[in-house]
Amino acid sequence: MDNREFLLRRLHSLLGIIPLGIFLTQHLIVNHFATQGVEAFNTASHFLANLPFVIFLEIFVIYLPIMYHAFYGVYIAFTSKHNPGHYSYLRNILFTAQRYTGVFLVVFIAWHVFETRFQVAIGNAAEADFNMMANILDNPWMFAFYVAGVLTATFHLANGLWSFLVTWGITQSEKAQRYTTYFTLVVFIVLSVIGIRALLAFV
Amino acid sequence: MGEAAKTVIFEIERRDSTDKESYFEKFELPYRANMNVISALMEIRRNPVNIEGKKTTPVNWDMNCLEEVCGACSMIINGKARQSCTALVDQLEQPIRLQPMKTFPVVRDLVVDRSRMFDSLKKVKAWVPIDGTHDLGEGPRMPERKRQWAYELSKCMTCGVCLEACPNVNDKSDFIGAAPLSQVRLMNAHPTGAMNRDERLNAIMGDGGLASCGNSQNCVESCPKGIPLTTSIAALNRETTVQMFRNFFGSDHAV
Repeated sequence: MDNREFLLRRLHSLLGIIPLGIFLTQHLIVNHFATQGVEAFNTASHFLANLPFVIFLEIFVIYLPIMYHAFYGVYIAFTSKHNPGHYSYLRNILFTAQRYTGVFLVVFIAWHVFETRFQVAIGNAAEADFNMMANILDNPWMFAFYVAGVLTATFHLANGLWSFLVTWGITQSEKAQRYTTYFTLVVFIVLSVIGIRALLAFV
Repeated sequence: MGEAAKTVIFEIERRDSTDKESYFEKFELPYRANMNVISALMEIRRNPVNIEGKKTTPVNWDMNCLEEVCGACSMIINGKARQSCTALVDQLEQPIRLQPMKTFPVVRDLVVDRSRMFDSLKKVKAWVPIDGTHDLGEGPRMPERKRQWAYELSKCMTCGVCLEACPNVNDKSDFIGAAPLSQVRLMNAHPTGAMNRDERLNAIMGDGGLASCGNSQNCVESCPKGIPLTTSIAALNRETTVQMFRNFFGSDHAV
């Protein structure tokens, strides 16, 4: 019996929440230190950048999961035939949005990592600190790009959390799924506020 | 009675044979009170003349029960898949656009071949095996309240509307769609059917099975029988999660 697709899809769903969803939440909360000033942000950022075995943490908790989630996700996105025009139900619209935001996030995250972590890795910058982000976000187009990046990421996580709960059979009934929709809407709003407040702190 | 002669305009996507390109043809028919799409198609068959007054071939379509229990007359009406027998002209915006459900192979005009759904039912073993060489006696009793909810699942008529509405059932994917999945839940709910529960769960864990669902939930919105398809899918998601671990580690509850 061949259930490779089943296992790959379940892994894709799991990795989206653990570790990627947890990482995104943590990342946005740490960014929020920027609202308390340059010093607070740099201290938090320095602490994370110098965690013991940080390169292994990055590889196994971020890079490998995110690459699998991204590449398999793009494959999933392009095997759907979107039809929110004729079937304009909320869930179908969110289904389509989940795939569009996913593809956008692949581009955004690749660019974001290139601009920050990769520059540190190749020695163009000593550390991903407050000034680095302030310089990037100084450009209004970049600021808009980052706002779009934060909002698509928080949406993709919140909506992905909803479908994670369905995919693993945790929320089954129509009522359970409807209440989870409300809950994930709150997750989206809270994370978006945290993320946008942090971005505003850099300009 | 005294009203100006009302007419109804139909725009029908036609295809002369499987290897021909499709084209649209318009028809204008006299309005009759309470007419449905099928009675209009019957009128076109009686007098196959298009809106330009040219004689054409009668439009082909499938039908059987005419009371929304067989599923044969499903087609796309004004963009949405549904049964043409219960599509009342009074409730439709004109021109009424009829198209075949192109998720399935189109045989001719509005006739499609839904065989893949029946093949899927075989794949997922959507039956209760009771055949043997001797009388097996009575099966276990089914609680009445369970029978009542299982009855809702049994209303599926394999019409194909849920597959047509699903964004993940298409030529790039081999997803079997919601209808056969929900039948697995129905058969597994049956006390005798449950004796082969693991076989069905393993079947839907195969390629094109349960995992291809992307939770767009168009199926449950479109199902003409109001079957809780997405609840079935979520319930099967839980069952297969457990089955996955049972397969891997082994279990006393394998059956």
